[in-house]
Amino acid sequence: MTTRHLRRGVLLTVVSAMSAMGLAACGSDEPADDTSSGDGASEAEAQCQEQVDAAASAPDTGADDFIFAASADPYTLNPFHASDGETFRVMRQMFEGLVGTEPCTPDPAPLLATDWEAAPDGMSYTFTLQEGVQFHDGTPFNAQAVCDNFEYWNNQPKGPAQTEDNSYYWISLFRGFADTDPPSIYDSCATSGDTEVTINLSEPFAGFVAAMSLPSFSMQSPTALEKYNQVAAGENPTSTEYALKHPTGTGPYMFEAWDRGEQVTLTANPDYWDADAAAKTPNLTITTIEDTGARRDALINGDIDGFDLVAPGDIAPLEQEGLQIVQRPAFNILYLGMNQAQPPLDNPDVREAIALAIDKQAVVDQTLPPGSEVAIEFIPPSVNGYTEDVTEYPYDPEAAKALLAEAGEENLTVDFNYPTDVSRPYMPSPEDTFNIIRTQLEEVGITVNPVADVWSPDYLDKMQGTANHGIHLLGWTGDYNDTDNFLGVFFGRKSMEWGFENPELFSALSDARQIPTVEEQVPAYEEINKMVMEYLPGVPIAHPVPSLAFATNVEGYIPSPVQDEPWNTVVVTE
Amino acid sequence: MMLRFALRRLASLVPTLFGLSILLFAWLRLLPGDPARSLLGQRATPESIERVNESYGFNDPLLQQYLKYIWALLQGDLGTSISLKEPVLTAFWDKLPATIELTVVALIFAVVIGIPLGYYAGRHQGGWTDTAVVSTSLLGVVVPVFFLAIILKYIFAIQLGLFETANRQSSRIDAEHPTNFYVLDGIITGNLGASWDALLHLVLPGIALGTIPFAIIVRITRASVSEVVHEDFVRTAESKGLAASTINRRHVLRNALLPVVTTIGLQLGLLLSGAVLTETVFSLGGIGQYLFDAITVRDYPVLQGFILFIALMYALINLVVDLSYGLIDPRVRVS
Amino acid sequence: MTVPLTVSPTLALPEEPGESLWRGAWKRLRRSPMAIIGASIVLLFVLVALLAPVLAPYEPASSEWTELSTPTFVQGPTSEHLLGIDRWGSDMLTQLLYGARQSLIIGVVSTLIGLIAGAVLGTLAGGLGGWVDTLIMRFVDIMLSIPSLLLAISIAAALGKSSYALMIAIGVAQVPIFARLLRGSMLSQSKSDYVLAANALGLHKRTIVMNHILPNSLGPTIVQATLNLATAIIEVAALSFLGLGQSDPAVAEWGRMIVSGQDRFLVAPWLSFYPGICIAITALGFTLFGEALREALDPKQRR
Repeated sequence: MTTRHLRRGVLLTVVSAMSAMGLAACGSDEPADDTSSGDGASEAEAQCQEQVDAAASAPDTGADDFIFAASADPYTLNPFHASDGETFRVMRQMFEGLVGTEPCTPDPAPLLATDWEAAPDGMSYTFTLQEGVQFHDGTPFNAQAVCDNFEYWNNQPKGPAQTEDNSYYWISLFRGFADTDPPSIYDSCATSGDTEVTINLSEPFAGFVAAMSLPSFSMQSPTALEKYNQVAAGENPTSTEYALKHPTGTGPYMFEAWDRGEQVTLTANPDYWDADAAAKTPNLTITTIEDTGARRDALINGDIDGFDLVAPGDIAPLEQEGLQIVQRPAFNILYLGMNQAQPPLDNPDVREAIALAIDKQAVVDQTLPPGSEVAIEFIPPSVNGYTEDVTEYPYDPEAAKALLAEAGEENLTVDFNYPTDVSRPYMPSPEDTFNIIRTQLEEVGITVNPVADVWSPDYLDKMQGTANHGIHLLGWTGDYNDTDNFLGVFFGRKSMEWGFENPELFSALSDARQIPTVEEQVPAYEEINKMVMEYLPGVPIAHPVPSLAFATNVEGYIPSPVQDEPWNTVVVTE
Repeated sequence: MMLRFALRRLASLVPTLFGLSILLFAWLRLLPGDPARSLLGQRATPESIERVNESYGFNDPLLQQYLKYIWALLQGDLGTSISLKEPVLTAFWDKLPATIELTVVALIFAVVIGIPLGYYAGRHQGGWTDTAVVSTSLLGVVVPVFFLAIILKYIFAIQLGLFETANRQSSRIDAEHPTNFYVLDGIITGNLGASWDALLHLVLPGIALGTIPFAIIVRITRASVSEVVHEDFVRTAESKGLAASTINRRHVLRNALLPVVTTIGLQLGLLLSGAVLTETVFSLGGIGQYLFDAITVRDYPVLQGFILFIALMYALINLVVDLSYGLIDPRVRVS
Repeated sequence: MTVPLTVSPTLALPEEPGESLWRGAWKRLRRSPMAIIGASIVLLFVLVALLAPVLAPYEPASSEWTELSTPTFVQGPTSEHLLGIDRWGSDMLTQLLYGARQSLIIGVVSTLIGLIAGAVLGTLAGGLGGWVDTLIMRFVDIMLSIPSLLLAISIAAALGKSSYALMIAIGVAQVPIFARLLRGSMLSQSKSDYVLAANALGLHKRTIVMNHILPNSLGPTIVQATLNLATAIIEVAALSFLGLGQSDPAVAEWGRMIVSGQDRFLVAPWLSFYPGICIAITALGFTLFGEALREALDPKQRR
């Protein structure tokens, strides 16, 4: 083994020297320089701001069509029953909720509601509504329509409509329905004239306003729901006439046709309530191309105008072809989980050693898209409760080896689980990330036993449904700006994924969830973040930056960390 | 005589399909991971999984689930996809034309190029040209289809910009699809540009998939040509002074084509396998891709219904081929 | 995934008086360009596979140079790395050499599985006849009604990600082919003169099968095995493409390497190209040799 390292050392020097002299001629481009660390996320945010400014000065009219390639077909057009990114993408064009987001951030901003007020106990919220809004079918949008929507959500029929498969966000946040035991935390809805509505809850829910920015809680036309969306008990709600042919919202685009498995076509809404924000491109086509390489080729060939989630290996070639790469500010976390149900991972020294063995910057530079940033805790910087004041574990292989020796685990063997056949925004190429961390762990003497599984359902099942895993790669993209959406999901209670009992942490999180206002929650979550990084159930690695790619003549696309991206500002210049 | 043969074959289909349905059912239940997990993805919690399993009936006793499945099958209901939420049979008829178009183009390529090559090799068997032809024909067998597809995409579509690499039709073309056979639809609706566009999208996948039957057709043609060439009646004709070309056309080719017809039927299984990979790489949305996606997410209803349906069609096609072979060659009927 | 064109079991007809079938075959093989090329490739492949540890400059799957293989840049050929770096940061040449090993092992094991299981089933079916025959052939029919790739996927999906799962999956998919072959061989030989004679002489059925019929089936079986070996090597690649196989992504296995190279295809197409060429040539070699062998053993060939 010594010879190998010697050889390697010599080789490395030679190769670096050669690269420095630019002799890597027979390969592809020069090796990328170390992108400066630490400013990654703000780089994406800064670029986003530029996009916002550019959109304002973009021309008002252009080509007739904007063609975007999605990675999957939507499976329903009823936003309440949707929970995946591709279905949401289509929903965002046709539907709006009470609350939107500030450009380039996950923070709530007025949309169908111009203003809101939360009661100090966090159990009721009063919204002042936008005037002059109507649904695509002419039904006026008013306080009564809001209440109709809430009642519709709360009164789903028994059967499939009441499972997470179909009503994920409602169940996850409101925890039930009118007829379940216990019932949902939604209590009632009261109107005061046409433009004021109050929602009453039976428990405090500080994240309620932010949650209203989720597409699932978009306002839908009560008339259309009444007419086309009758769902009987035991019936699946995602294939009603409404959900297949008559989605009716208030957004800048209206439904035209859905060629199942192929594409969805939308047309501009001529009576959109915000004349200044009316759609610049008359027709939208969202076509389904499942293979990532095929999407990229379609863009290069000019068959489409844009697509999302560019593979890291395609970014440079696309830029070379003269196409635009737009980064979406990161709102995610990629982490290495450690299952404490498998000793010696329950030994804090072992966990710390693993953390010290990982060179996060190298992981970012060599496997993640440009603009990605190293993570120091389990939430991204833009989420409430983020603090820089946490225990950090900088790369130090010598210290790692010493710690392992101290713990009596010099010959540690560990199962390293990772998923295949998947690319998530927070984990664009799991195999790469696995491979580089594996070599880093082996450098400090840990023997790694690779265990790969197909992402769904095998990997998820193994990580979240069994104790049969060691260290593993996983992550999360936030749905909206609520810390509980990250930390609560990970560490809210004992789980198979993490395998530990920590009553102090569990109760801190459930207490924090009950705090009535966001302002009061911030210090509580900061404390929790410090607690988590001290306890170190896993190693937060990075906040990868997802990218979109567009044709050169596309202007006005404004990315959003929570994918709140209506395309009314997009114009394809001639 | 033929009728009895056909009926006997059809009758023996029933127990085969029945056995297959049991195997399918059992295999799916044996696969690790369950559909609830893949539906809910990362957000699954033990409670939510329980609820979803309950609502789909996956917690019911196995026998009950199996009987429900068979009962629905007998009524022509192949189930509803749990991941796409649409009926399996609808999806099947929707996507079948894509696979058929792809297969037809592949077979045309294989036959048009394969038979002449095979004929040439058969007449000159044993030499270096023969080896060269056989080696080329083996292209389809020795190069993995998906790899060939990637290379074709790269060379022709990216570098040369000649053909298309994704989907069946360019999104920029406004086209109606009454039959879902895109090439045909363009002709029917008077939109020849759309037909041409659809054809351009079929060229590369057709060649990629076509290399598989191409290999076999070349070799069969070669084998049967060389056999027939040495048959007595050809020697007789030659000795009588008939020109070689006349002999070729009249006798050799006709006899050599019989095995080709048979194998086209046998090759359907191979073609479907190849179609799974080709459709995925070129995003053609046919039944091969549908099947593969279903396996990936453990979409039980799709797999139970779909595979059975494919087996049925496959068996029927084989029956038709066998019957037509009997029609062509009277010697076969007797056996 | 080759379909046997004809199942023609060879009878022990000598080419000339006193010359055995095999001797005649050898003479024909020596003259056939197909056989020469095929055999050379096979020989080269086997040598490389066996001598990989000696020939390779580095350790396989070492992932030592990950910094030279990133989404934006992959190191090409240099004097230290004659074929550059592979997708996962190991030496490409080493990976290709060790990849031959993996392909040989997987190919041989899976073909053996298919051969032995298929031969047992086929011999039983052909030899015992009756309901045993019907049952076995019905089972074979079911297996054949499912495209072999899907069959392999199903098995591998159930057995999890390991090279054993891969070998079993590919092996099982080959069982029906060998079963049919052996059954056909049994049936047609049972009508031949010498078998009838042996029966009349009172020889035990098992003796006849073991001492006469099986050896006579050896020829076509070897041919089929050779052809299936080529198929096995390809199918490993296909299964890797579909996401099955070993857990270690950096492992030196050609099919895996093609698949891994795909997402760097625009940056470094040779990552997929090299292993692809290796598979193609190796499979070509086995197929050419198998075809040449089939022709050499076919007594109807007259040159």
